[in-house]
Amino acid sequence: MKKKERKLFGNGLGQLAIPIIAICVLVIFNLIRDPSFFSIELLQNSDGNIVLSGNLISVINGASELAILAIGMTLVTAACGGQDISVGAAAAIAGSTFVKVLKSGGQITGFKVLLAFLLACLVAVIFASFNGTLVAVFKIQPMIATLILYTCGRSIAYWINGGATPTVESPILTAIGGFIPWIPVPTPILIVLVMAVIIKVFFRFTSIELFTQSVGINGSAARLNGLNSTFIKILSFMILGVCVAVSGCIGVSRLGLINHETLLLDIEMDAILAVAIGGNSLGGGRFKISGSIMGAYVIQMLTITLWAMKVPSTNVKAYKAIVIVLLVVAGSPVVKKWFEKTVSRFKNRKPEVAAKGAGES
Amino acid sequence: MQDECLLQMRNIEKRFPGVLALNGVDFTLRKGEIHALMGENGAGKSTLIKILTGVYRMDGGSISIEGSPINIHSPQDAQNKGISTVYQEITLCPNLSVAENMFIGREKGVWVDQKTNEKRADEILERLGIPARGAKQLGNCSLAVQQMVAIARAVDMKCKVLILDEPTSSLDDKEVKMLFDLMRDLKAKGVGIIFVTHFLEQVYEVSDRITVLRNGELVGEYLTEELPQVQLVAKMIGKDLDELNTLGEAGEDGKTRSEEVYYEAKGLSSSEALPFDFSIRKGEVNGFTGLLGSGRSESVRAIFGADKVNGGKVKIKGEPVKITRPIEAMKHGIGYLAEDRKRDGIIAELSVRENIILALQVMNGFFKPISRRESEAFADEYIKVLNIKTASRETPVGSLSGGNQQKVILARWLLTHPDYLILDEPTRGIDIGTKLEIQKLVLKLAEDGVSVTFISSEIEEMLRTCSRLIVMRDRHIVGELTGKDLNQSQVMKTIAGGEAS
Repeated sequence: MKKKERKLFGNGLGQLAIPIIAICVLVIFNLIRDPSFFSIELLQNSDGNIVLSGNLISVINGASELAILAIGMTLVTAACGGQDISVGAAAAIAGSTFVKVLKSGGQITGFKVLLAFLLACLVAVIFASFNGTLVAVFKIQPMIATLILYTCGRSIAYWINGGATPTVESPILTAIGGFIPWIPVPTPILIVLVMAVIIKVFFRFTSIELFTQSVGINGSAARLNGLNSTFIKILSFMILGVCVAVSGCIGVSRLGLINHETLLLDIEMDAILAVAIGGNSLGGGRFKISGSIMGAYVIQMLTITLWAMKVPSTNVKAYKAIVIVLLVVAGSPVVKKWFEKTVSRFKNRKPEVAAKGAGES
Repeated sequence: MQDECLLQMRNIEKRFPGVLALNGVDFTLRKGEIHALMGENGAGKSTLIKILTGVYRMDGGSISIEGSPINIHSPQDAQNKGISTVYQEITLCPNLSVAENMFIGREKGVWVDQKTNEKRADEILERLGIPARGAKQLGNCSLAVQQMVAIARAVDMKCKVLILDEPTSSLDDKEVKMLFDLMRDLKAKGVGIIFVTHFLEQVYEVSDRITVLRNGELVGEYLTEELPQVQLVAKMIGKDLDELNTLGEAGEDGKTRSEEVYYEAKGLSSSEALPFDFSIRKGEVNGFTGLLGSGRSESVRAIFGADKVNGGKVKIKGEPVKITRPIEAMKHGIGYLAEDRKRDGIIAELSVRENIILALQVMNGFFKPISRRESEAFADEYIKVLNIKTASRETPVGSLSGGNQQKVILARWLLTHPDYLILDEPTRGIDIGTKLEIQKLVLKLAEDGVSVTFISSEIEEMLRTCSRLIVMRDRHIVGELTGKDLNQSQVMKTIAGGEAS
């Protein structure tokens, strides 16, 4: 931990500085504005569970789908140097599949939910592989390649349930989208934690980090070092596919219904933004997943803060844009360089004087 | 020679995090002079030039042109003040036409008259004797022609100071001669030329004066005719030349002992290489030589499976094997250091450590990552063994000097403990000290039983290290030289196609 800190502040401006600073600023702003923003209460909800409640909980809970998508988006960005803009549409497909299986006769059992989730994963991974193949094999720009699914994805979701927006009701879904009895923390938060741990373990026991970065930075050199960049790129899309399925299923479980038109609408842009705020280059290469996850929370915190300030919902996006411009500019290479220069000048002042003194003597 | 000062740089200082790259360096360029800037990699040549061209800001010192002090804010600013540069690596846009490349960033207003530009470009190119047309896409020209287009662009900008940073490293002899004629021409017109190169002969052929840098400090300024070559080298590397001589002797010793054939190819061909036969014994050092475009790189790429392999029978230690992709070659113990370090070698933004372990990690596979501690140990070991100059093992490799980048890639392949190492131009664009180190390393590897194929544009280097030279011309093998035939004139004759042995 100590080592990390030293790197963060010792090596100039660390990659995580911007999301950390953004979160701090938002926290301080809210503390000044209204300290009750941070109050967390234990309430009894309609299901009779004792649960945590408060703005902060809504922030962390509400950002869950975004945070999970940001994980996958980071990998795709790193490997392919481009973004997948079809994640919202793909999540609608995964969610529709999830519901379709749940609705197919009989009672909703735990086993059936698991089966539905796995099928949703499978479908999402197949669509992601389609995107990945266009990008990795046919060398189509990621945004163009995924534009196809972005355009038609919600229509496909529409077909799956025959155009209806069926509701599903089951205590199991309430547990996934809301609270598990006796656990006061919203389940989506726990799912994000589980996903983060899975990714961490996956990184620990595979070389995906090194390989993805190598392919993303210099594909030609990566190939001559024996790397199969097609495989790495498609793999990154497949991982994103799993993330899409998980977020889609959370989204469905929260509402207890699938609306193919509105499920996770416009989330692709927020996911890309989370990657950018996390200090990752959208041109690919070096990346930090923790940055993107923090980026997701920054975006959500901003939204909830604006809501708490009673900003009319039509204006929220405009205010969000202003803050995001500031964040992105603050994280830009130009500002970073300027900052590093200022810091190093400040640091070097003393030794320089000493060196000059020695030179003159 | 006129003694009028054109450019004066005084007491230039530049520091990077952890390194003092330039420490009180002076440099003076006179009108109508070709001034060679010499030094090892990391000596500060590139830094000095980047300060002069506005890429870096200096931390101390002053620059004046024709007596009046100037500040250079950006590369554009440098050009406006009459300082033009042609960099070592080509920095033009390959997907634009030659004419667009020559005039890009110099048009007045928004509208570009394509036709007029192309016509003007044709005129300039013809005057300079450059075999290119303005309408042609730059990427379709050979590397050499691209280089010359870059020079034509600089020349056309009516520069007072022309900087040529390693302009000849990808040119063949004829093109070098053409370039030198052009340089003398410009010199006669009063242009001051700063010439950075690693080819000593070329320095003596064209330059009037030499400034030597070492470790970011000025060693001195000399008239070329008054500084013998041996002394120049000594000043550059800061030690005497006994090492050069001992190296030659080591070469004699190191020449093949084993009779066991390690690798053998019959009729091997790829999308880029015509069918050829080739073999190498265990612990042998051999080399491919030939002019630029003769197919030497394409041949070794076929061995490694770097291009699409079309046919041929390959045996390793007598066993028939199939190598169609780099990973298969690597699994059979073959390593390949590619010719173009920037494009095919380094992963610039990754650290020295990550770059070093990359090939080994790929061989270990996706599910067996090298632990952090292990990779740090590997990196530290090779940084020490190869004397890689880097601030730390976590420094991005892109910020190292060319020679040190090359060492990192060498370390990457040495770490895989190859049985057969292919080195394509490992010494290109790097300083003489590192060149010597690499040649020594090659001989040492051979002593340890590693087979090495060594390619270099400098025949001298190959004669020193190789026991067998395969000569190529027009994508065919035209001769093989061993023993007493291994001398410069015989190589030249074979390349030229006089009398093949």
